Amino acid sequence: MTDDRDHLSCAAFQAQLAELIGTGVDISTHPHIQTCEQCRALLADLETIAEAARQLFPAVEPPEDLWEHIESALKDEENSGN
Amino acid sequence: MNPSPTPAQSPDPDSRKPGGNAPLPGAAAGSPPRQTAASPSALDAEILSLAQAGDHHAFAKLYSMHKRRIYSLCLRMVGNMAEAEDLTQEAFLQLHRKIATFRGDSAFSTWLHRLTINVVLMQLRKKGLSLISLDEAMEPTPEEGPGRSFGTHDPTLTGAIDRMALERAVSNLPAGYRLIFVLHDIEGYEHNEIATMLNCSIGNSKSQLHKARLKLRDALRNHPIEEARR
Repeated sequence: MTDDRDHLSCAAFQAQLAELIGTGVDISTHPHIQTCEQCRALLADLETIAEAARQLFPAVEPPEDLWEHIESALKDEENSGN
Repeated sequence: MNPSPTPAQSPDPDSRKPGGNAPLPGAAAGSPPRQTAASPSALDAEILSLAQAGDHHAFAKLYSMHKRRIYSLCLRMVGNMAEAEDLTQEAFLQLHRKIATFRGDSAFSTWLHRLTINVVLMQLRKKGLSLISLDEAMEPTPEEGPGRSFGTHDPTLTGAIDRMALERAVSNLPAGYRLIFVLHDIEGYEHNEIATMLNCSIGNSKSQLHKARLKLRDALRNHPIEEARR
């Protein structure tokens, strides 16, 4: 269990976390991360999510009739002189 | 907003995407995995050139080559299949109108990718997703303030994240969070590029992304984690 001072420290650290992550600095060496298991776990989770996002999400095939709709719209545009 | 892509600001979307290096259908066998403006396959260049000259069959081939990536991009950004179909159609209609203006300053796939993002952003703005709502979304609420995570003993994400669970969680994100998460973490854009696209501050982009990841973390902790998926 952590005391109030640690809570404030976690709150302060987590308030900075978006900026720290966004700037790309090595947060693993941050003093708070080295001493706080909760924030270390939080950071690990966020990194896991970011990594998963890069590796997942394969391309999905659109419906087969989509090209027919596009073709039809293209003909409409051509007929209207666009 | 001008939906024309701005290739100079666009990253190569293939560089961060799984499977993004796979040859596109119709690409010449043995072609380099990452095509650049300087080294497109001869076949792709010919198809593009013909399409720019108004050849309908070549345009159909371009559609065939890029439809999966464009549809998938739209689907991730809006999280809705029917809207993704409409946006894919609009992206290819825009492409048809503007393809003659493509000068080859970047890879065609990069240019088309950015054109599509602009089409989606225009649509989202029409529907009311303004940067005002993005800013509002940044304001901490009692449920999701920055200090929410400290001192808790919730389970952490161990093992591989299940693809379906992640896709579901992303699709359930609020529109503003999803937009920045998709652009940054999935499509590989940098915060400064996202800030330009969305006309917001870089800090706003960073905060939105962080909030999105926190929301995904909460969602994924409540779903089964697929252990040793691979």
